[in-house]
Amino acid sequence: MNRTTTAALALGTALLAAGCGGGASDAGAGGKGPITVQATDSECKVGRAEAPAGTVEFTVQNTGSKINEFYVYGEGDRVMGEVENISPGLVRKFHVQLDEPGTYETACKPGMKGKGIRAAFTVTGSSAAPKSDDAKLTAATASYQRYVGSQADALLTETTAFVTAVKAGDVAKAKTLYPEARKYWERIEPVAESFGDLDPKIDGREDVVDEGMKFTGYHRLEKDLWVDGLQKDSNDIADTLLADVKNVVAQAKSVKLNPLQLANGSKALLDEMATGKITGEEERYSHTDLYDFAANFEGSKSAVAALRPVLQERDPELVKAIDAKVAALDALITKHQKGDGYKLYTDLSKAEVKELSTALDATSEQVAKIAGVVAQA
Amino acid sequence: MTQHPDLADPLRPQPDPGGAGPVAGGAVTRRRLLGVSAGAAAAGVLAGAGGAYAATRDSQPSSPAADPLDAEVAFRGEHQPGITTPAQDRMHFVALDVVTKNPDELKAMLTAWTKAAERMMLGGEAAPGGVVGGGPYNVPEDTGEAYDLPPSNLTITIGYGPSLFDGRFGLKGKKPQGFEDLPAFKGDDLDPARCGGDIAIQACANDPQVAVHAVRNLIRIGFGTVSVRWSQLGFGRTSSTSRSQPTPRNLFGFKDGTANVKAEDTERLDQHVWVQPGDVPGGAAWMSSGSYLVARRIRMHIEVWDRTHLQEQELVFGRDKLEGAPLGQKGEFTPVDFATKSADGGPAIDMAAHVRLAHPENLGGVEILRRGYNFTDGSDGLGHLDAGLFFIAFCRDITRQFVPMQRALAAKDRLNEYIEHTGSAVFACPPGLAEGKDWGAQLFG
Repeated sequence: MNRTTTAALALGTALLAAGCGGGASDAGAGGKGPITVQATDSECKVGRAEAPAGTVEFTVQNTGSKINEFYVYGEGDRVMGEVENISPGLVRKFHVQLDEPGTYETACKPGMKGKGIRAAFTVTGSSAAPKSDDAKLTAATASYQRYVGSQADALLTETTAFVTAVKAGDVAKAKTLYPEARKYWERIEPVAESFGDLDPKIDGREDVVDEGMKFTGYHRLEKDLWVDGLQKDSNDIADTLLADVKNVVAQAKSVKLNPLQLANGSKALLDEMATGKITGEEERYSHTDLYDFAANFEGSKSAVAALRPVLQERDPELVKAIDAKVAALDALITKHQKGDGYKLYTDLSKAEVKELSTALDATSEQVAKIAGVVAQA
Repeated sequence: MTQHPDLADPLRPQPDPGGAGPVAGGAVTRRRLLGVSAGAAAAGVLAGAGGAYAATRDSQPSSPAADPLDAEVAFRGEHQPGITTPAQDRMHFVALDVVTKNPDELKAMLTAWTKAAERMMLGGEAAPGGVVGGGPYNVPEDTGEAYDLPPSNLTITIGYGPSLFDGRFGLKGKKPQGFEDLPAFKGDDLDPARCGGDIAIQACANDPQVAVHAVRNLIRIGFGTVSVRWSQLGFGRTSSTSRSQPTPRNLFGFKDGTANVKAEDTERLDQHVWVQPGDVPGGAAWMSSGSYLVARRIRMHIEVWDRTHLQEQELVFGRDKLEGAPLGQKGEFTPVDFATKSADGGPAIDMAAHVRLAHPENLGGVEILRRGYNFTDGSDGLGHLDAGLFFIAFCRDITRQFVPMQRALAAKDRLNEYIEHTGSAVFACPPGLAEGKDWGAQLFG
C-alpha cells in the first residue's frame, strides 16, 4: 500500500517538474503512446521494448486463464512499478516512472508467482529525474543537528553534576542525578555511540565490555552506587567518565549528518528500546530503564519531527500512521510516570511490559519506512 | 477445494504397493528437486535478460519432476484449506490478541492477510517484489527465507476466538450461539499464557521453513493491529486426514487417527465437521460451511511412558503397538468390537482404555476430525523433554462433540496418568473464500 502511494507521489513530482521545463514532458505524448502488453499463461508480449526516460504507460491485457501480474524491474530486481491481480479478460493501464536511461526488465507473472516471464526493456535519452527537494532535506538535517547540539550540552552539564556528587561521596544525590544524566545520552545515542571506542568506555555493561577491557563509565558507577558501595577507584572512574563525555560532546556538536542517517537514527533508537531497554538489562542495578526508554523515544521523535516536512510532502499517509502509533506509545509511557521521573522497571507487571513492547513494535514498523521515503530522489 | 488424492508421502516408510522402493526414492527426490528448481530459475533470468520469452519452473507446474510434497494447495473454495487437506508434516500455529480499538484497522489487516496468504500458498512472496524489489532503502516487504522454496503444500487457515466477539469491534451480533471457551476439565493444568486468543493462524506445510515464513510475514503485516499471544511449532503430523495417507504415530509410539474422519467421507464431514446453514442463523450466518477448531497443548510425560512395559502401554491405548489393531482383533482398520473377550474372559479392550472412551460408539455417535502435531519445546529444566501432542480438532459443534468426548476422557482415560493438558483454545474458522472475496469483508460484511 505504501509503495503505491509513494509511486503516485513520485509521479506527481515528475509531472510538476515537467511543467517547469523538465525533460519528461514528451515521454507519453511522443507519438508512440502507451505500450501494449499481451499476457497469457505462458507468454508475455510487450509491444515495444524501449521508451524515452520519464513516465511510461503500459496497457496490460490478460488473455490467459490465470490471474496475472505485470512488473517493470530495475537493477537488482528492484520493482519500478507493478500492476497486480489482473483477472483473466481484464485490461489494466498503469504508469511507471523510469527516469534513468538504461536496461530494465519487464515480467508477466501468470499465477502471481515465481520470477515471471522476463524480457529486457531499454530506457533511452537523458535522465528525467526531478531535482531532489534539497532545501527541505537540508533544513531537516540542520534542525536535527541543533537538537543533537542542545542535548549534548545538557549531557555535559548533568554528567558534571553527577560526577561531582559521586566524588563528594553523596550517594543519595548521585543516585538522583544518575538517570537525569543518562537521559541526554539516551536521546542522542546513535550519534553518541558512533565515535569509535568511546561508547564501550562510557556506556559499556559489565558483561559486554571486550576481553581485557576494564568495566568503566556510567554503569560501573551505577553498580557502585546501588550494589557495591563507592570503591577506592570510583573517583577515578568518575573523572574518566567526565573526560570521555566531554570528548563525545565536542564531536557530537560538530558532526555532519545526512538525511538518511536521520531516518536510520530514528529507527535505531527504537531498536535500542526493543533490544536493550524492554528487557530491563540496561539499568540492571538501578532499574531506571524507563528513563532510558522514554529518552530513546524522545530522540526518535525528534529525528522524525525534523524530517516531517519532507515526509508530509512525499507520504502523508505514513505521517498519519506514525502519528497514531507514536501517540499510543506516548500514552503508555506517561502512564508509568512517577513524580518527576518514572517507576522502577521492576515495578512493572509482565502484562505492562508486553503492552509497551506491542506499542513499540507498532511504532517501529511505521518508522522503518521513513528511510525508503527519504531516499526517493 | 482442490485436493490431491494421490498425495502419497514418500518420506515415510509405507507398505510398498509393488514398485519402486518409496523410502530411498522419496528421500533423494526431494533433495534433487531443489537443485533442479534452482537451475531452472537461473535459466529463466538469463533468457529474460537476453530478451527472449522464458517461462520459469513456476509456470510449468506439471513438469515431470514435480514432487507432490512440493505442490500447491488451492487457497479459494467452499471450505478453508488446512482442514481436510491431507495433513502436511509440519505446522506453525499462532494465537493473536487484537490490540487496536479500531474495527477498520482490523478489517484492513484481514484484507491484507488474504492477499498475502493467497500469494504465499502459491509459493510467491508475501507482497510483489517483497524480497528485494523495494530497492536498497526500503524495508523488504517479504522476509525472504522461503524465496527459493516450493509451495510445499502450504495451507493457511484462519480462525476467530470467542473473545473477538466481545463488543470491541461491533461483532457481538455475529457470534455463533454457544461459541465459548471450553469448560474446565478434570486434571487440566492450563497455563494462561498458552490459552485463548482473538485470532488464530494455522500454517501447515511439508517444509517447516515455509510454514514459519507464512506465520512470520502475517504477523509483520499485523504489527500495531494484533500482537502474538502464544505460538506453537509442530514437527510431525499425528493424524491422517485422507485415505491416501498412512497412519502416523504420536510420541508414545502408537498410531494415531486410524478412525479419523477423512476428506473422502463427504457425508461424515457434513455431519461432523462443516457447520450447516441451520446451525448458524441470523448474524452468525457467516460461519456456514466453516468449522470450529479446538486446540489443546497436551504435554506427554514421555520419560515415564518409556519405562512402562509394552503390555501396559497397549492396555492404555486398547490397540496393539505395531499394527494398531484393536486388542483381541486383527488389522488396523478392523472396526473395533468392544465385546471381544481376552483369554481370561474379561474384555479384550480395558473399560478405561483410550480407544474405548474416545470411540463414537460410546459417545452417542460423536466424531471429530483430528489434525494434531507432535512437538518438543526444548526441556523442562528437570532433566526431561517438554514434549507432547498439539491436539487440533475440527468439528461442527464444540459443545456437542468435543466437550462430551473430553469429559469422558478426563474422567477415566488410563492415558491421563501420562499426559497433562497445558494449553487450550477454540476458534471459529470461517468458510473458504470465493474469487474476489477477502477475510475482512467476510467477517465484517
